[in-house]
Amino acid sequence: MSGAAQYSDERAREIIAAHMGLEGPAMPILHALQEEFGYVPDAAVKQMAEALNISRAEMHGVVTFYHDFRRAPHGRHTLKLCRAESCQSMGAERQARAFLDKLKLDWGGTTPDGALTVEPIYCLGLCAHSPSALYDGEPIGCVDAERLDEIAAEARD
Amino acid sequence: MAKVYIPLDMAAVAMGADKLAAAVAQEAAARGENVEIVRNGSRGMLWLEPLIEVETPAGRVGYGPAKVKDVASLFDAGFLAGGAHRLSIGIVDEHPWMKRQNRVTFVRCGVIDPLSVAEYEAHDGFKGLQRAFAVGPAAVVEEVTKSGLRGRGGAGFPTGIKWKTVADCPPGKKYVVVNADEGDSGTFADRMIMEGDPLSLIEGMLICGYAVGASKGYVYLRSEYPIVAKVFQSAIEKALEAGWLGNNIKGSGFDFDVELRIGAGAYVCGEETSLLESLEGKRGIVRAKPPLPAHVGLFGKPTVINNVLSMATIPMIMEKGAKHYADLGVGRSRGTMPLQIAGNVKYGGLFETDFGIPLGTVVNEIAGGTRSGRPVRAVQVGGPLGAYVPVSLFDLPIDYEAFAAKDSLIGHGGLVVFDDTVDMSWMARFGMEFCAIESCGKCTPCRLGSTRGVETIDKIRSGQNVDANIDLLKDLCHTMRFGSLCALGGFAPYPVESALRHFPEDFRKSALEAAE
Repeated sequence: MSGAAQYSDERAREIIAAHMGLEGPAMPILHALQEEFGYVPDAAVKQMAEALNISRAEMHGVVTFYHDFRRAPHGRHTLKLCRAESCQSMGAERQARAFLDKLKLDWGGTTPDGALTVEPIYCLGLCAHSPSALYDGEPIGCVDAERLDEIAAEARD
Repeated sequence: MAKVYIPLDMAAVAMGADKLAAAVAQEAAARGENVEIVRNGSRGMLWLEPLIEVETPAGRVGYGPAKVKDVASLFDAGFLAGGAHRLSIGIVDEHPWMKRQNRVTFVRCGVIDPLSVAEYEAHDGFKGLQRAFAVGPAAVVEEVTKSGLRGRGGAGFPTGIKWKTVADCPPGKKYVVVNADEGDSGTFADRMIMEGDPLSLIEGMLICGYAVGASKGYVYLRSEYPIVAKVFQSAIEKALEAGWLGNNIKGSGFDFDVELRIGAGAYVCGEETSLLESLEGKRGIVRAKPPLPAHVGLFGKPTVINNVLSMATIPMIMEKGAKHYADLGVGRSRGTMPLQIAGNVKYGGLFETDFGIPLGTVVNEIAGGTRSGRPVRAVQVGGPLGAYVPVSLFDLPIDYEAFAAKDSLIGHGGLVVFDDTVDMSWMARFGMEFCAIESCGKCTPCRLGSTRGVETIDKIRSGQNVDANIDLLKDLCHTMRFGSLCALGGFAPYPVESALRHFPEDFRKSALEAAE
């Protein structure tokens, strides 16, 4: 997340143009925009609507339908904790609650120093190693409270 | 040179496989040992991950779960020659967990280098496609129909009939779409096959494209699987380089391309019509059927849409013939089912077996009971839309019809085990909450019903008019089940109703506490 570039209309235009040869390019464009800027800025959504020849309302509808696409910059690091049934069978819900309480956050919240965003995720397919998590894209199995504390400390470095 | 296997599988990586591979390479260099490290898929014995395997004249010897701190002692013990060590599990193929399985779809997974076309070919890869080219498209559809293969995504619809519908559409633009949006909790078979044997999926798509007259295939993969994305993209490139994708494949005159697309965290996009909308770049809103995707699918064109496992099983069916596959299984559930054993279990992993094995055998013997050591209370079979099955129904065989007769489903074959600390009214509430979070919003029973479901269960849990609210909840479940457009709203009642039916005491607990 820390490597996210500052938004520029020109860069967004380039990204959109690079995908226009695809069939149904909207999802690949949105992923590429988020990869570049760390979120999907409103200005880019407007450009996308023009490029794809659909209304801004329609484009807005697409962006907001999907949990992955962020509308504002996030913390420098992102921790996704699995809340699905398998992880719940190993006490994930209680563990996640305690961790969020400790950081004084709710799901989707970011620490005041902008270091860490904690989001729910519904299954990482690591269900034989529940509870599981994804920290900046890196999978972690059998997560315990100690490992969560390490991650919180690491994020602040 | 010693050949060492360390999985690239996401579960292995989540338990430290990348660091382990680096440590083995470093230690080998320091000791002047010549070691080739192959990053394979997982064998499916996930409790042993990361599992290191070493090739020896007697077979592959396994060591696991191995940590970085074990590396020096493994070298000291002569593990490169299969030496004894406390982590040794002996010859991997002789392990009881492996011996009890019948690996059909997963026969190569964990065995070969997933990104080596040569190894894939050496393990019977592309033989199914070559046979398809030899017999012609109509015979391929016939063969798939005869095999009795049913969609492994959850609905269990006969694959051959789907293919025939698309094949019978007039020639023109058609598509092959693979549903790799494996969102059910407790399932990871699609992930494992795409990491461990991605070329089998590509071969299945090629056979399908050839059979129905399509030249373009899309794989819609969920974003929660970053390692699959890397491995599969690389497999596409390798297949292209080797001439197994592209134009005039191996001189057959058949053209086919595969493109990987990534979803964005919407569970409902695992529903086939919602997935197609998403591929087209729209909100993942479910379409009303008819028309079927086989007639009006992606971009309005005839489209075969199959689950990863269904598609990855096709090469084997074409190679060995329909009868070989149809001879496995029971009743109308033919072939094998890759079961995914998960949650609170001692031995979790992927276990592929013929249909018909009793649920209790899987949970008590194969999974070894709970990891917590407490008694098993419930097993959720078939993901978040699957029913909770109590221990009293453990003689139920893994079979689509047998499960349906008990108001349950097999779905994608995921089993999530819970011990006796589980609060089933909470799990029922979570089922409704999940449906509310993930509902696409198109139909009212699902969109509003799920939210009302959460509210009603909250009332029950806090002891308000418990009897009346339980009746209301049952009524709501009935409406959702029969009034929803797709399986999300239609099946969300399964966990709720099964919890009410088999664990009624959990819905009265709070009422009793409140009364005290």
